[in-house]
Formats: sequence, C-alpha cells, structure tokens
Amino acid sequence: MSKENQLIKFTKKGIYCPQGKFYLDPWYPVDYAIISHGHADHARWGMKRYLCTDDSKAILQHRLGAAIKIESMPYNKATTINGVEISFHPAGHVIGSAQIRLAYKGYVVVFTGDYKTQPDFITTPYEPVKCNTFITESTFGLPIYNWKSEEALQEDLHSWVKTNQQNNRTSVFLGYSLGKAQRLMSLLEGGDDIYVHRSIHNLNEAISSSGIELPETKLWSADLDKKTLQNEIIIAPPALLGSRMLKRVPNPATAICSGWMQIRGNRRWQAVDAGFAVSDHADWNGLISAVKASEAEQVYVTHGSQAVFSKYLNELGIKADELVTEYGDEALAKAEAETDKATVK
Amino acid sequence: MKLFSDLISAIEITNKTNAKIEALVNYFKIAPDKDKLWLIALFTGKRPSRPVKTTLMREWCMEITKLPEWLFLESYSAVGDLGETMALLLPSPSHKLDLSLHEWMTELKALKPKTDDEKKAFVLEAWSGLDQQERLIFNKLIGGSFRIGVSKKTLVNALARLTNIDANQLMHSIIGNWDVESITFEELIHGNHINYDNSKPYPFCLAYALEKELPDLGEPKDWIVEQKWDGIRGQIVKRNNEIYIWSRGEELVTQQFPELVEAMQNFKDDFVIDGEILALKDNDVLLFNDLQKRLNRKNVTKKLLEDVPIGFYAYDILEYNGDDIRETAFDKRRKRLESLFNAVALPEHIKLSFLVDFTEWETLHEIRNNSRAINSEGLMLKQKKSPYHTGRKKGDWWKWKVDPLTIDAVMIYAQKGSGRRSSKYTDYTFAVKKDDALVTVAKAYSGLTDKEITEISQWVNKNAIEKFGPVRTVKPELVFEIAFEGIALSNRHKSGVALRFPRIARWRKDKPVEEIDTIEAVKALILSC
Repeated sequence: MSKENQLIKFTKKGIYCPQGKFYLDPWYPVDYAIISHGHADHARWGMKRYLCTDDSKAILQHRLGAAIKIESMPYNKATTINGVEISFHPAGHVIGSAQIRLAYKGYVVVFTGDYKTQPDFITTPYEPVKCNTFITESTFGLPIYNWKSEEALQEDLHSWVKTNQQNNRTSVFLGYSLGKAQRLMSLLEGGDDIYVHRSIHNLNEAISSSGIELPETKLWSADLDKKTLQNEIIIAPPALLGSRMLKRVPNPATAICSGWMQIRGNRRWQAVDAGFAVSDHADWNGLISAVKASEAEQVYVTHGSQAVFSKYLNELGIKADELVTEYGDEALAKAEAETDKATVK
Repeated sequence: MKLFSDLISAIEITNKTNAKIEALVNYFKIAPDKDKLWLIALFTGKRPSRPVKTTLMREWCMEITKLPEWLFLESYSAVGDLGETMALLLPSPSHKLDLSLHEWMTELKALKPKTDDEKKAFVLEAWSGLDQQERLIFNKLIGGSFRIGVSKKTLVNALARLTNIDANQLMHSIIGNWDVESITFEELIHGNHINYDNSKPYPFCLAYALEKELPDLGEPKDWIVEQKWDGIRGQIVKRNNEIYIWSRGEELVTQQFPELVEAMQNFKDDFVIDGEILALKDNDVLLFNDLQKRLNRKNVTKKLLEDVPIGFYAYDILEYNGDDIRETAFDKRRKRLESLFNAVALPEHIKLSFLVDFTEWETLHEIRNNSRAINSEGLMLKQKKSPYHTGRKKGDWWKWKVDPLTIDAVMIYAQKGSGRRSSKYTDYTFAVKKDDALVTVAKAYSGLTDKEITEISQWVNKNAIEKFGPVRTVKPELVFEIAFEGIALSNRHKSGVALRFPRIARWRKDKPVEEIDTIEAVKALILSC
C-alpha cells in the first residue's frame, strides 16, 4: 500500500483523509468538509463543519446560510487536524479559491479544486505547489483550449460593447454569479455603468463585507426605467437566458462568456449574439505546466477530459490515473441555475 | 481579410436568417468589387478546386504542434470540423498578414500546380501570419464548406435587398456562367450574362394539410385526386430551347438532373410545368433516402446516374407557348398537360402524374392507406375549378398524408452533429430487441428540441461506454418513439429491414427499455402496409 493511499481515500461521499477524518469538497453530507471554493459543485449543503479560506468564508455563508458552522484561514498558513497539516494556496479560479495541500509524515497531497494558471485583474493569482500526489481538474483538457491574455480579452469585450453602442444596443454578458461575474466586472470596469442581476449584486455585497474591493456596479432591478439601461452594460447569470427579465432589456445584444465558447459549434448552439472564451479554468498549457510544476510522482485527473488528459500525461512519462468525481460543469450549471432562479427580481 | 472574417463571425453566430441577410448586405455595401464576387462564388459552389490535400495539412499541423495523432483526432472529434481544429491547435501568430479575400483566392489558385514543398511553405507562412478566426477561414478557403447556414437563397435575398432586383432573376444570374476575373459585380447582379426571360419561374402553389372530413369537401365529381409523391417539387421552364429546373426553395437545380434536361428536349412547345422530381428505377418510385444521394451534388457521376436514375411526374402546367394559363381551371390545365405529353414520344421516366379513379369519397381511405406500398406519402385533393394559386391558399388544394408508422426503440450509439450541432450529441442509432440481444434498426437525428438534445448530450457524457473517438456506445437505457414513412425488407441492413425517413417522434421517458419493440413486431409492419 502506497503512502498516498493512507493519506487520502476515494469514497462514495468524496475524497477522504482517514488520518485527518475530514473530506475535501465532499458531495454528500459529512462531519467535516474542507472546501476549495464557493461554487455549488464543490461547496455543498449539509456538512456539520466547514473549513475554507478567509476570502471564501463570506461567500459560503451567503450561499449556504449564516447558520453553518464554519472556520477559515488565510492563504499559505497551515493548521493541523489530527496530525495532518492543512494549508490553502491560491488557485486563481474565483475569489477565495484555493488548492488544498495536505501533508503527513513528509508525504504531500495537493487537491486543486478548480484552478486557472493565467492571472486576471481580480483573483489572487495561482501559485504552484510541489507535492507527491497531485489531484487536478481537467475541464479544458484538450489542446484546442488556449486562452487569450487578459488584456486581449479586455480589448475584445470593450470593442464589442462599443459596436453595440454604435448600433444602439444594450450589452448583456452572461456568466456565473460567483467568479465569472466579478471577472467580467473587472474586465469591463472604467467605461460605462455596469448593471448586475440581483443574485450577483447580493453575492458582491457578501464579498465586499469581507473587505475585498470590487469594481463599482449598480443593481439591475425590474423597476428600472428602460431608458436608463439603454446602451449600458448588464451582467447576468446564464440561467436568465430566455427569461422575461432579459426580454425587457431595450434592444439587447447578448454574449455568453465561458471557455466552451472557444468552439464555433458551442457559440452557435445557444443562438446568442456573441460568445467569448472567458474561462475560470486552466487551459491546456496551464494544466500541463501545473502538473509539471507540482513535480508529483502520481497524478489523479478529475472532472473534464479525464481520459484524454491522463493518457497524455502517461505518454509524457507522468503517472496519471482517472478519478471519477461529482464535480464539473454540468453539476455546477444545474446548481447555479437553481440558485439564480431562486433570486427573482 | 478582416472584412470577410467579421462577416463570417456575424453570420455564424446567429440562426436568424434576417440577421444573416443584414450582415451580407452590410458586407456588399463596403467590400471591394472582387471580394464580393468571390463571396458569391464561394457560396454558390463556384470555388476553385482544392489546391492542397487535407491529409498534408493535417500532417503539417501535427508536425508544428508536436501532438500525437490520437490527441489530434480527439481534438477533431470535440470540435467536429477539421479546419477549425487546426486553427485552434496551431500556436499564436508570429506576424500579421493582411490580404483581401480576392488576393487570398488568387494566391490559392496559383498554388495548385506547385510542388508539395512550395505548398507547405505557403501554408505555414499563412498560418503563422493569421489570427485564429482568419486561420480558420484560410483553411476553409482551401477546401471545406463554411456550414454557417447561408444557402443560395439567403445570398440571393441579401442581394435583392441591396439592389431591389427580383430575387429569382438574381438566382439565375449567380448560378449562370460567369467567373470572377471576367465580370464586375454590377454586371453580375444586373444579369448581363444571362437571359432571365428564358428562366423566370412562377411562385409555387402550395397545399394545406386536410383539416376536415372528406364529405365536407362537397361532391367527389368536383375534385381531382392524385398521389402525393415524396420527392422534391420542381418547376421545369422550357423557353426558346433553353431548359431550367427550379426547386420549391427557388433554387436553380438544372445541373443536378441531366436526364430531365435531356428528356425535355423531346418537346417542341415552350412551357412551364410543375411536378415531382423522383428517383425512379424500372418504373418504381425509390425511397426519398435514395433521391437524397442525388441532391446538391456538384458533379453527378456516371455511377450515380445509374444507381439513382431520376424521373419526373408532371402535376400541372402554368405557361404554354408564352401564355400564362394559371387562371385557367385545373381540369382544363390538366387537359392541356395531357395533350402536351401525348403529342410526343417520351422516355419512360417522364410521366403524367396518374389520377386516382374514384366516385365515392369512401374509396379514398383504402387508396390512401395503400399509398405507402408505392412510396407515396398519401393523396392530393385538388378542386377541378381551382386556379394555380400563388403560394399557400386554403380551400382548393389539400394534402392528405398517411399517418406515420411508429416503433419504440432504444438508443445504442450517439455521435456529435456538425455545424451548430457540433458541440452536442445529436445523431443517434436505435435498436430493437432480437431474442436476448439488440439489433440496430434506424439512425435518426431530428425531432428533438434543443433542450432535449442538451439533456441527452449530458446523459451521453456520463453514460458512454468507450471514451475515445467520435462515436459513443451508450448504455441501452433511453427509449424513443421513432416515426417513419415506410418499411421494406432489406439485405443491406443487419436487422433485415430498411425504414424510410425515420425521425424521432418523441422521447419516451416513461418507458423502460424492457418495453421496446421486437424485430418480429417491426417486420410485421411490412405486412400491414
């Protein structure tokens, strides 16, 4: 039995540390959950105790309820639970997101949760962490996924908004409330007024309350005068596509912002006006550089292109196996849609 | 190429025809003359032959990216388009090339006779000087189609909006004989190179589905009944020794059916007739699936001409020796059509549509139910005194189709679609029970909503049995009702049956896989129809 099998176990409820008696991002209720970030497929209901980063705490409380039992700590500080050293390291995915590092008797496991290696204007940038076992996501684990720089994206978004304004159209950007919305705010900041949907607005308030500074936005409420919105910028969660609220926007041009928009077929599927490949996940080169920087002797590949990415890593001489989890875009989309739909008006 | 690249981006993102037309009109307003001509050439099948083989381009792309072939193929199956896959895989450009569409096309034409090494140098230089979207377009200009939903008709509608010239005349102009080097845009759209008087079609008269009981139509003697043949409606225009064939979508399809053009030479008179273009072999109407092999081909090979010969069943005559007779009553027009056909010796594959002999409404039920046996879709009921209406008008013409046959089958394979559908699993293979095993009976890819397709795609992602390659074998679990127009015994199919025009009628979420049909039950349908 290898050391890593003693430190972590893959169970039906999630990734478990028997020595520490806690789970990492479990998908079923457990006694003690260490959470990488606030997205609904990683931070779920019903855990008796939560541990997360300081920056995630307000987000979890906002989403899971103020009554949850939750502790937090800053990035790069360690605590010990039942002899296992635990620390959080920036994952560059969304505000508060972390890789979780576990160390026990000199053996180190890093669980990435979700991560993005390219820096953006708002998220604490990703930091590589050396380890023996590296558990990595693979959402965009195909070489067709390579993201533009933040500056190039900024230019694309601004020029789209400008064209829309010339044509008297209101720019609507669709992206998840947590992560994509704040990223878009940072990309679009400095020009015109940015209106955000209530689910984003409420989350922003929670984030701001923990001392993080966000770009200035206004609440997009149903009682706003149509003329006020004309030619402005609106950020809304994807669940609003096709909703009555969106239909009330004067002459809208709608853009979906997601890594999947890299492919033409995906851009065309939803019948929107534009698709921008703005992703919170590592691209192909990001995944490979992260795996290499970890110097791990064993890699586990979770949600996304597990089969392809682990096969390729093995060809590079890096021992990698697939790991089936309940994380991923589809689980996230479903959970986020439910949350956003619950936030009406 | 920025103008053209922006146009393609604008067109591909929308599925609204009007937005596509608007983008085209804007392009035509500002693009240089030669670029406009190339755009029309590219979207009407007048592209020059491919100067560089796809296999070579693939090889070069793998060489540059240093990716193993399997990973290249995985990427391809995720993207669903080779030109796009290569555009996405190649590294960021190192410099910027700025050529117009016309300049690129001229270069590509000149590339054709060159050596492979020279071609490689050219392609690699282009790849490293274009951004992702331009690179994709460059790959498409070499070969491949854009698949962005711009039909000839859309293009023509854009030109018509731009110029106020009649759309059908524009259709003739762009289909006609011209090449980019020896015509200007103005000359092309004004049709200087064609004689539209010779090709001008009439709008088709269309029927509604029957929505009342037969006796409510009045006296049987006031009606003419024909089979509703399942081919494509066509209008054949013969004027001044020139022959044109228009499809119902108002596209000129003359070149696709040389055997019809040849047969029409037998007539001495001028006319415009309406009828059905069908695949006909030994006097039998073949399946629509067979006819499809003949549609939208740039070249009709000799083998294809032999395998799927085309025939024409004439329904109506709209113009005779220059006279528009559409206002004449249908029974009189039919007489005119008959004497036209009886006056000359015609080859077997050109026929009058035969009339159903009946005196009581009652007898039509049985004839309609038997229509499937002769590969007809049902019956057409036409009021004897009816004029040839413009477009769809209620009351004078009715179509009375047979109800589709249905079976319940289980999905066993799923494959991604193409174009807009390349991101989702949209093409499915279905099976029914054969003893303890399953046997494939049909492939179908239409009939579901986008929402259902998304749901099924997610299910396929979770339930695929193998993980590599474009086709996913899935757990036999999802049950669908498959509707089809006909069924025949077949040696080519493992199941022993061939279904005609199968499509998904609905997703039977309520049905467990144990309750799907057996192959015996499917075969029993052959006897019943």
